[in-house]
Amino acid sequence: MDRSKGEVWIYAEQEDGVLSDVALELLGKGKELAGTLGVPVAAVLLGSGVEGLAAKLFEHGADKVRLVDDPALKDYQNRSYRETMIELINAEHPQICVFGATFQGRDLAPSVASALRCGLTADCTELKIGDYTDPATKEAFKNLLMQCRPAFGGNIIATIVNPRNWPQMATVREGVMKMPEATPGRTGELVRHQAKCLDGMELPVEVLEVVRTAKTVNLKGARVIVAGGAGVGSAENFKLLHELAEALGGTVGGTRAAVDLGYLEHERQIGQTGVTVRPALYIACGISGAVQHLAGMQESQKIIAINTDKDAPIFSVAHYGIVGDVCDVLPKIIKAVKAKAL
Amino acid sequence: MGYNCVVCIKQVPDTGKVTGDAMKADGTINRAALPAIFNPEDQNALEAALRVRDQHGGTVTVITMGLPAACAILREALMCGADKAYLVTDRRAAASDTLATSYILSQAVKKLNPDLVFCGRQAIDGDTAQTGPQIAEKLGATLVTYLEGLEIKDGYAYATRNIGTGTEKVKAKLPALFTVMEKCGELRPFQARLAMKYKKARAPMELAKETAEAEYAELRQKGLDIGQWTLDDIGCDLSRCGKAGSPTLVNKIVNVVLAGGEFQEFQPTDEDMGRLVGSLIADHTIG
Repeated sequence: MDRSKGEVWIYAEQEDGVLSDVALELLGKGKELAGTLGVPVAAVLLGSGVEGLAAKLFEHGADKVRLVDDPALKDYQNRSYRETMIELINAEHPQICVFGATFQGRDLAPSVASALRCGLTADCTELKIGDYTDPATKEAFKNLLMQCRPAFGGNIIATIVNPRNWPQMATVREGVMKMPEATPGRTGELVRHQAKCLDGMELPVEVLEVVRTAKTVNLKGARVIVAGGAGVGSAENFKLLHELAEALGGTVGGTRAAVDLGYLEHERQIGQTGVTVRPALYIACGISGAVQHLAGMQESQKIIAINTDKDAPIFSVAHYGIVGDVCDVLPKIIKAVKAKAL
Repeated sequence: MGYNCVVCIKQVPDTGKVTGDAMKADGTINRAALPAIFNPEDQNALEAALRVRDQHGGTVTVITMGLPAACAILREALMCGADKAYLVTDRRAAASDTLATSYILSQAVKKLNPDLVFCGRQAIDGDTAQTGPQIAEKLGATLVTYLEGLEIKDGYAYATRNIGTGTEKVKAKLPALFTVMEKCGELRPFQARLAMKYKKARAPMELAKETAEAEYAELRQKGLDIGQWTLDDIGCDLSRCGKAGSPTLVNKIVNVVLAGGEFQEFQPTDEDMGRLVGSLIADHTIG
């Protein structure tokens, strides 16, 4: 079969019958990639009693929904979901398969890639179609998935390709791709699949209990984010950030360095391996601006940077800059905000 | 009775130290300025294995893949109580991506035929979290990701997993592979007696070539030998290792030049901060 005719697949992750946001976000990107390639974009929906979710997937851009609705898929389990995905991929030969880099996606995608012996690029910040020539063999490949991700080693973005072992697989964090607008009433082709592998499958894991915890931090929905980096200096100094955030009705976030130093909780991490945010106002305090962090916040509408180093990369994405110490500057901003009685 | 536990560990550059001095003028990292450390979540993985042994007996074996310098973390693991350590080292393993790496490690793990395998959830130099799940798939072991707590009872693993939106308690069949998170518990400190003993532990490649054989035989007698495996020793299909076994290729690397941003500068004065807040209110960013 001609591999270049293969579909673009988006894994439509659902939990308890609720679609994940990242699945819908990825449909927007998937539609764009599929358009460039001239192939359909399909959402792959696995679960039990989840057919009703197809409508939402069509409205967000899916040309097809490939559905496996089976009581055996009621709860997410690595073995049943993995084997079902493998069976579908081997039957339909998609050329691209993208998963959300969620807890479930990061459990499922590597297992599928391992069995199919294909490549998988984690936490991509951009996906596009392009051509590639292997420098070793001079073999030319057209229309490959370019998988871009910041790489360790400084301000470097690496583009990864997977020219030979298809499907080309990647994961993307929630919030990285923009949620496409829904087109009410838009519809497409619903394809029902049976997964033979599920017949009599014994699962090695039994779920005994699930305890859901309410999300306490909502960075994605915040209009104002006051974020801190290692330059804040201490957990004590972070109180100033909380004070400013409170005065502005905002939320506190931070860099990975700040999280690693124990200044704030992991769920507040912004960047490539944390949350991607697009608030109306982002106040970056003591953040130097590593590319991994910028990837998660540079689309904020207004960015204020406060840093003692006037050459810090954060200033290159800032609209307003203050060269100074966070502990000196923040009290002055807090005072100014309170004076305006917001 | 007891359980045969294997822990896969990795030596990584300490990315937490990437600040100021660690950056070169061109924006790349000065690797020499970064110490190589025992990947944090792999330390939690070792602790989880040691706790199983404390409670049920058995053995804890650590494996790493890398250059002989990675023996530093194997020694650390021995000093904390691991029973045996192996280094998988082979030039032909260079440039392995996660798929090839997981294949090689799975071959090494198979040789030890464990009941329980522990990996850190992810390594701090890549954060991909792919190697653990991929080793499990290749072993045909039960995969239990994001482990936060573990009890072994009647031959089953009772595990508490983080599932992002909460936690889940599961009962898993052995053999199983766990990817371990920090919450599982901090690695116990070195034991003085073991630290004294194992600081002398060496793998053959760490020894001077001329005397390696005799020296290693002596180390083995004292139980100070770090096992060393090549790809042949663990029965690897070479087409699945190194560059040949790595489907992902780096197409290009772009240095992101971040300079000369056109931002409006404010002075850190009360007056300027008042102006700044005023302009944010004026354009309805806040208020």
